Amino acid sequence: MEEIAADKRINIKGFVCPYTFVKAKLAIESLEVGQVLEILLDSEEASRNIPKSMEDHGQKMLKNEKINDTDWILVVRKERE
Amino acid sequence: MMDFTDDQLQRYSRHIILPEVGGKGQAKIAGAKVFIVGAGGLGCPVGYYLTAAGVGTIALVDNDSVEMSNLQRQIAHSVNTIGMPKVESAKRTFEALNPDVRVIAMQRRLSKDDILDLIRDYDVVVDGSDNFPTRYLVNDACVMAGKPLVSGAILRFEGQVTTIVPHDGPCYRCLFEEPPPAGLVPSCQEAGVLGVLPGVIGALQATEVLKLILGKGEVLKGELLIYNALKTEFRKVKVPRNPSCPLCGEHRTITELVDYNEGYCSMP
Repeated sequence: MEEIAADKRINIKGFVCPYTFVKAKLAIESLEVGQVLEILLDSEEASRNIPKSMEDHGQKMLKNEKINDTDWILVVRKERE
Repeated sequence: MMDFTDDQLQRYSRHIILPEVGGKGQAKIAGAKVFIVGAGGLGCPVGYYLTAAGVGTIALVDNDSVEMSNLQRQIAHSVNTIGMPKVESAKRTFEALNPDVRVIAMQRRLSKDDILDLIRDYDVVVDGSDNFPTRYLVNDACVMAGKPLVSGAILRFEGQVTTIVPHDGPCYRCLFEEPPPAGLVPSCQEAGVLGVLPGVIGALQATEVLKLILGKGEVLKGELLIYNALKTEFRKVKVPRNPSCPLCGEHRTITELVDYNEGYCSMP
């Protein structure tokens, strides 16, 4: 799979819901439409909830991947303000 | 983009999550300045909720001191602040809730000579006054200064709310050109008021203020919302602009502020 270049990366390891989404949402807000955010996290619950919430808010999930025993990487493209 | 501290992130997380608010909306709330007339039944819940919401600056104007008879409905005061100016009592309560908020306490009665100067720097004015002279003075000043005004009133079991957007929607004088004669409409002191009623009306006013700040949703422009607590009934009455309104109509006869205080007793 082709790597997607992120315009912004955040590390929210150690955070739990809902602050995982709060952090991710603030990061998305700081981007322009069309830009891409990469999120590193270690909450299994957030790995399910963030993609759902992002799509509810009209953003596009490009990737949701478990990269090792504890961590996930999510990639989101901003589709709307 | 506002940088939130960890505490702020937690405090405002339920706002930030809302699509209509988000970090940008919360930053707007933090930058907003709201002027509240009255620190009584309505001013207490309005100020309390706007403090919780993180409104950056809240001015409170009231000339009275806290009395035992206030405590049945004026939730920012307590037995510990009886005798203290209401604005000071409320300031302490609000600051304990949210130290992000700057509360400016003004113990005074508003007059035609100072109101325009006092409201100049504020984005929204809230009327929680308990008398007609103040209600008309605040309406007239807001129309002249072009400030949005969220007006509330309560008596017995009934309350009303409307949002005045000057020169876009009707003003209070489009509805009632002149205040009623002194003594015609009873005060809460004479007629009583259910203690929880100002909580309902004040929460509605605070909601209107937040929508004005955020620029989201629809406010009660050109509409009077009437709540009957005994029947648990809300009614919306359309109020058109009055082309012959003496204040905001086509031929304006009121071009200066008026103090109607003559003939009115001062309300406790």
